[in-house]
Amino acid sequence: MAGIIGYGAYVPRNRIKVEEIAKVWGADAPSYKRGLMLQEKSVPSPDQDVITMSVEATKHALARAQIDPARIGAVYVGSESHPYAVKPSGTVLAEAIGATPEVHCADFEFACKAGSEAMFVCMGLADAGSIEYGLAVGADTSQGAPSDALEYSAAAGAASFIIGRDPGVAKVIDTYAFMTDTPDFWRRSYMHYPRHAGRFTGEPAYFKHITSCANGIMEKVNMKPKDFAYVVFHQPNGKFPQRVGKMLGFTKEQIEPGWLSPTLGNTYSGSSPMGLTATLDVAKPGDMILMVSYGSGAGSDGFVFEVTGKIDEVRNVAPRTRELLDKKKYIEYGTYAKYRRKIRMGE
Amino acid sequence: MSTSAKYWRGIPQRYRLEAERCASCGMEFFPPRLVCSGCGARKFMPITLGDHGKLLTYTVIRVGPSEFCEQTPYAMGIVELEGGVRMTAQIADVDFDDLEVGMPVRIEFRKIREEGQAGILCYGYKFVPAD
Repeated sequence: MAGIIGYGAYVPRNRIKVEEIAKVWGADAPSYKRGLMLQEKSVPSPDQDVITMSVEATKHALARAQIDPARIGAVYVGSESHPYAVKPSGTVLAEAIGATPEVHCADFEFACKAGSEAMFVCMGLADAGSIEYGLAVGADTSQGAPSDALEYSAAAGAASFIIGRDPGVAKVIDTYAFMTDTPDFWRRSYMHYPRHAGRFTGEPAYFKHITSCANGIMEKVNMKPKDFAYVVFHQPNGKFPQRVGKMLGFTKEQIEPGWLSPTLGNTYSGSSPMGLTATLDVAKPGDMILMVSYGSGAGSDGFVFEVTGKIDEVRNVAPRTRELLDKKKYIEYGTYAKYRRKIRMGE
Repeated sequence: MSTSAKYWRGIPQRYRLEAERCASCGMEFFPPRLVCSGCGARKFMPITLGDHGKLLTYTVIRVGPSEFCEQTPYAMGIVELEGGVRMTAQIADVDFDDLEVGMPVRIEFRKIREEGQAGILCYGYKFVPAD
């Protein structure tokens, strides 16, 4: 099977606290913090978007992979906030890292699952022998409607993975996918903000797909929760990944390293992939890692990885994900509204 | 009017910092040029600039051109990269009180400007404080 040759993440510097958002809308900050297990979220600057974050995360992944970018045969960027409606993010990324012109590019979109599907496809192509290396990125600068519950969580970040035919730093033991048509969250064409179905996003959507995918892949590889050192789930808030972990029989200790959402927010397509980067930052050779993404609409991709001895050689070559998360500057709601273009400007 | 073609021609420099070194005297040029201003030679070797350097001088723009109004106030700087090439760019993610001649900086890939609401997005390099 294929493997992760290099990995990297990127987090913008700006943060806004739950209290700052709640203050503007007259909401009860403690109940949001307790209910969603969120403290703050990342906010992109006006000069940052999915393309810029993808390039920076990929620089970190390339530093760890130590390969010639010209040998990358596929560049796939998964996001629900691609800067262009029509013009690929992948070609800019490929050009910026020096992977052009003999490379296949595609932009993926599947709510919060677009990043893991880029990984999924790269692994398939590497296994098939169609490419030597593939680049899979999950990145988003998602928007929640003002005062909506999503405004407290919709954040920005990116994770990048170089996938190859060798085991690299983490060998792919197996993959699995679980999909149904479930209208829990969506954004129609030309709409600025997404809509969601409230509590319907929980049991029949997030929890059903993640538990089904996790149980499906564990049965496929004949493993139990106790066989894994770590587990990473999609993190729409702080609470859901903890709850689904408990439902499946995982401990808090197994979830903890990749549980970034309380101080990062939901980076959508970057969410579980960024959790995986933070987990690889602390994993030891021989550790087994389960990752299960979730994208509304709806589906989950499942991956079982076995960490190799190579991890100790490369993890400190680029910044660790939690180091990136610790570099921050708090901004007020007015600055946030300006940065996220929530203010109507004159012509 | 669209500047797509002009922007496109600069992609190797804006995205990948592609430069040249004079094959005769070793002087480095960014962007590349036809004749070496040091020795007059016309033969160059392609090089890629490093992404770390030090700030030589800076200023803070408080009234920017129309395409940069959204970003004001912002800092501009001239940086000498390791290798000697000097380049001008915006300094992002910096508190102005921390700006200091000689401070170490590194390059990040950022969006430089947008051609209005319907035009192309132009990407390139900016400096950020080095860790």
